[in-house]
Amino acid sequence: MTPRRVRYDRRYRTLDKYRFIVGFLALPLAFYVLFVISPFLQAIYYSFTDWSGGPVANFVGFDNYRKMWNDERFWDSLEVSVLLLVVAPLLTLVLGMFFAYMITAGGRHRRGQAIAGVVGSSFYKVVYFFPQVLSVAIIAVVWGRVFNTNSGLINGGLDKAGVDGPAWLGGDQTLGLLSLLIVISWSFIGFYVVLFSAAMGAIPKDIYEAALLDGAGRARTFFSVTLPLIWDTVRTGWIYMGIQALDTFAICLVMVPSHVLKVTPVFLYERFRDGQYGYATSIGVVLLVLSMAFSVIVMRAGNRDRIEY
Amino acid sequence: MTTTSAAAPRPETAAVPHEKESGATLNVFSHAFLVLWVVLAAGPLIWVALTAFRPSADILSDPTGWPTSFHWENFTNAWNKANIGQYTVNSLIILAGSLTGTMLLGSMAAYVLARFTFPGNRLVFLLFVGGMTFPVILALVPLFAVMENFGLLDTRPGLMIAYIAYSLPFTTFFLTSFFRTLPTGVQEAAMVDGASHTRTFFQIMMPMAKPGLVSIGIFNFLGQWNQYLLPLLLNNEDEKTYVLPQGLASLAVSQGYRGDWGALFAGLTIAMLPVLVVYAVFQRQVQAGLTAGALK
Repeated sequence: MTPRRVRYDRRYRTLDKYRFIVGFLALPLAFYVLFVISPFLQAIYYSFTDWSGGPVANFVGFDNYRKMWNDERFWDSLEVSVLLLVVAPLLTLVLGMFFAYMITAGGRHRRGQAIAGVVGSSFYKVVYFFPQVLSVAIIAVVWGRVFNTNSGLINGGLDKAGVDGPAWLGGDQTLGLLSLLIVISWSFIGFYVVLFSAAMGAIPKDIYEAALLDGAGRARTFFSVTLPLIWDTVRTGWIYMGIQALDTFAICLVMVPSHVLKVTPVFLYERFRDGQYGYATSIGVVLLVLSMAFSVIVMRAGNRDRIEY
Repeated sequence: MTTTSAAAPRPETAAVPHEKESGATLNVFSHAFLVLWVVLAAGPLIWVALTAFRPSADILSDPTGWPTSFHWENFTNAWNKANIGQYTVNSLIILAGSLTGTMLLGSMAAYVLARFTFPGNRLVFLLFVGGMTFPVILALVPLFAVMENFGLLDTRPGLMIAYIAYSLPFTTFFLTSFFRTLPTGVQEAAMVDGASHTRTFFQIMMPMAKPGLVSIGIFNFLGQWNQYLLPLLLNNEDEKTYVLPQGLASLAVSQGYRGDWGALFAGLTIAMLPVLVVYAVFQRQVQAGLTAGALK
């Protein structure tokens, strides 16, 4: 026990405070710096080496990047990834916004309300969110079974209708890409429904009433009132979804056979499995640059005057 | 727009002459779309759960059929023969360590960052926040080497540490803003009464921060329970140590030639059910936590 006289001394209290701060920060910070920050910094360094997992890593300058430039398989994977980066947010956000608007503004108007949600809107939000709480690995396995050529849900249904279903994940690039896109959008739409519903719910009712008095229809109200007012959320969602699409790894690895198509993270993972550590990290650096560039472009392109309400 | 309260002349709406009827039709349409997406969102999951009760041979010959009788043996096969039981236990052990560690270390760091002024406070905070924007895939290869150097590769403590480290950025960020909202008076009163900083934290501030701890706890529970990338990289040596999502992904491949599809469907059902139940119970917190996580 510290003597009373010492305990209330200013210098002792400062010392005690710093001892506490260091004691509480040491372990979290050590874990974080060792296992998160240092690998990221190392990755950038190793992308300039010929490291293959052993103790030696020779500095080779831009060799890995040059190799990537000439690697046809890298470009194939990047083509798939960039297609996802562009199309997946479009599909997911448009559908998410559509459902969110239905939920918050699609209801019958009772007692002269300008805007009303549909009956059971919270039920819809709960069910739509299901995929978001499941593991991506499990989603990939489930959809792998759904898309299965002979014993899948889709082709089984088509069979009953007398149609021969295609081999979704069997070999055709376009179908494989379409399947991947369906699964990615499927798993994220519920998230955006919840996100956009919250943003739309925050818009004051009198703005809708004014729009109604001016005679705006439902579509007009959406495009002239709702969309501009939730624009910030849409833009953030766009960036988040784009990065998610670029990061698609587990779904592609588990669901799509690798001879059909690869996304860039899967291509990276395979190089890592081959022991081409330096090359793999340089692919990671390109992905990082790409996702940063994407964020900047969307921020710039979507820059509008912020509307306060 | 079906209200008649706004009966003033409205020239712009001339394109929609029968407003009342079109509004009603729209309602039917909007409901149809909403119900359609319920079917699409939950359909594959319900299909998996129903199929889990059918014998493997039936699943192959008629994938869309209903279960005719309940084949519970799919579940016992999945649990025992296909190792789902083992994977579940592995996941639980990892989670017990990683979730406790994440919550403890995360709230410790957040408390210090939120309530104390010291040189470097801002820097440490930004370091944590910055971690939320990194793509994990970039760190994978060096992380593998770091783990190997520490002898933590393919070990349970290693996997727990990795989960903790990668959960810390968002946990710390979230809890820092939460601790800031708590009243300073209580903390000062505790200090005046002679409680040490550590005691104030554990006995006063932690209980007061309970709502925040619950939200981020559920968020981390789901994130760590569903983790696939980290175990695939750091815990891939021995199949007996796989966690649940990892085990199911490898089961999906191996059943391709073993042919016990019933066990796979049962395994998927076993894996999905607890998560969906937790979600159904805490859906408000989960939705709030996950959307806040994206918008940081």
